[in-house]
Amino acid sequence: MKRDPIYGIMAEFDSAQALVDAAHATHQAGYKKIDAYSPFPVEGLAEEIGFHRDEVPLVVLIGGIVGGLTGYLMQYWMSAVDYPLNIGGKPPHSWPAFIVITFEMTILFAGISAVFGMLALNGLPMPYHPVFNVERFSSASKDRFFLIVFSTDKKYDPIATRKFLEALNPRSLSEVPS
Amino acid sequence: MSEQYKSSTELERAPVIEPGHTFGTVTEKISAIVLTRPASNGWFIGFGICFMLTMMLLFAIGYLFLKGIGIWGVTIPIGWGFAIVNFVWWIGIGHAGTLISAILLLLRQSWRNSINRFAEAMTLFAVASAGIFPAIHVGRPWLAYWLFPYPSTMGVWPQFRSPLMWDVFAVSTYATISALFWFMGLIPDFATLRDRSDKPALRIIYGMLSFGWRGSARHWHRYETAYLLLAGLATPLVLSVHTVVSFDFAVGIVPGWHTTIFPPYFVAGAIYSGFAMVLMLAIPIRKIYGLEDFITERHLQNSAKVMLATGLIVAYGYFIEGFMGWYSGDRYDAFTLWNRLHGPYAVPYWMLLICNIFIPQVLWIRRLRTSPIALFFISGVILVGMWLERFIIVVVSLHRDFLTSSWGMYYPTRWDWMTYIGTIGMFLAAMFLFLRILPAISIFEMRTLLPEAEVKE
Repeated sequence: MKRDPIYGIMAEFDSAQALVDAAHATHQAGYKKIDAYSPFPVEGLAEEIGFHRDEVPLVVLIGGIVGGLTGYLMQYWMSAVDYPLNIGGKPPHSWPAFIVITFEMTILFAGISAVFGMLALNGLPMPYHPVFNVERFSSASKDRFFLIVFSTDKKYDPIATRKFLEALNPRSLSEVPS
Repeated sequence: MSEQYKSSTELERAPVIEPGHTFGTVTEKISAIVLTRPASNGWFIGFGICFMLTMMLLFAIGYLFLKGIGIWGVTIPIGWGFAIVNFVWWIGIGHAGTLISAILLLLRQSWRNSINRFAEAMTLFAVASAGIFPAIHVGRPWLAYWLFPYPSTMGVWPQFRSPLMWDVFAVSTYATISALFWFMGLIPDFATLRDRSDKPALRIIYGMLSFGWRGSARHWHRYETAYLLLAGLATPLVLSVHTVVSFDFAVGIVPGWHTTIFPPYFVAGAIYSGFAMVLMLAIPIRKIYGLEDFITERHLQNSAKVMLATGLIVAYGYFIEGFMGWYSGDRYDAFTLWNRLHGPYAVPYWMLLICNIFIPQVLWIRRLRTSPIALFFISGVILVGMWLERFIIVVVSLHRDFLTSSWGMYYPTRWDWMTYIGTIGMFLAAMFLFLRILPAISIFEMRTLLPEAEVKE
């Protein structure tokens, strides 16, 4: 299959409010493969473009459980199974003394899962991306807001989609080459 | 409503950002410090002095490796000298950074957005300074890795029932999580620097550091979830770290150490000294880089209030220590109290009370809470006081314990001082570099504070 030379059509907006309204209208109009870009997290924007499943909490939960088990079992195995040492007459399996390191390992694994899980789910690092081909997109990290309809969307049509986005009163409109 | 109450609420509502800023001006102002502003002579002189102090630290450590810890003032019975005093002091300073970035985030204290970035940097550099001390204090520092449970040819494992092992895990987890939290916060700002810079090399460096961040709504959603969860994890972590540090003492049976008040009182003391360091850094930085619009009077006032509150908890800790010395009926505990007040180290103890309890009470006066110069000096006094507190806990408790025949005195040597002052130099040198190559204020979090960032459904 030949790749579409156009990655999508991108509209630029002045404010977060305009972007949220435009995203809402576009999603309502039946476009499903869309994305929105903003210089800071905008409340409710992800929901407007149809993003509902955030797996980060699950990843963190699994990381935390694995970390806690690793911490406790490591201490148990090392102190009570592999090389038991009698220190001050304390039992080799002194569970109260093992709690601190179990706790720290839980936090360590959960924290690492949060950061790396977030990056992996976001598909980062990804130094190149077609949206960077649009010159104006460099202000997406400053004070501009962008909405894109991908050319892979079922409803995408080079002329109709462009017309539709134009009706949303964007500041500018650009084709994104892939 | 009385006149006084009204003026106090007006000050409460003092803006976190001065009015008139937009997304663009916030971005330009903060990124310009890194991208376009030339380094001043003052910066070079300051960095140069701190760099020389760092070299002095390396020299002191090099000589220590050559000769052994005999060059320090540590003896028996005082086996824990400056190294442990400084370790606890530095770790404590780091705690304010995590408090600001994690706990205040969970409490929705949005004013923290303008100071969390450099407070987190402060945490990292303070933890790095702290980490040096236990490693070089072990006597054979090249074997410090024995602290970690790795499969060695000896077949033996670390002793997990010891608080010193807990400390290894607590501090290394703390360092890792603080670094991750800090770096994660920087990712969107790296993208801003990538897009703002006109030098190709900088664009590539910042572009790589930003991981190709493009600000997609899906990415932001996961990012915010992860950031919030990380804050939720860092909050119990930071409380646990100084609790575990206090266990190093409290689990021992030495009079002056063996007390249950230690964990809360250590955590409060950590935040107390940490906020003092935040203010000592923030006050000159906002002045020199013209950031008074972003680090406003409200930030100074709030930090002063946190210091006042934690300082009173610390004062309560001292009071309970004294009370228990009398109430426990234990003659050794009672002697520890007497020895602090009248013994050979009475001068540092009275100085500690003056620095940590009496002088900071002037923060009840609003005019001083909002005066940068007064706050700067009070913060300095608190930092000295908190250092003295650790000196009293470590040295004065150890130097006279149960048997008079084993009493001794501790006198720090020039190597002790060189190592201590050297870490201050290293800490400040790192701060100087940080100010020039990374945005000292979180740009994307500042944007969210502007009224334009709010969206109606």
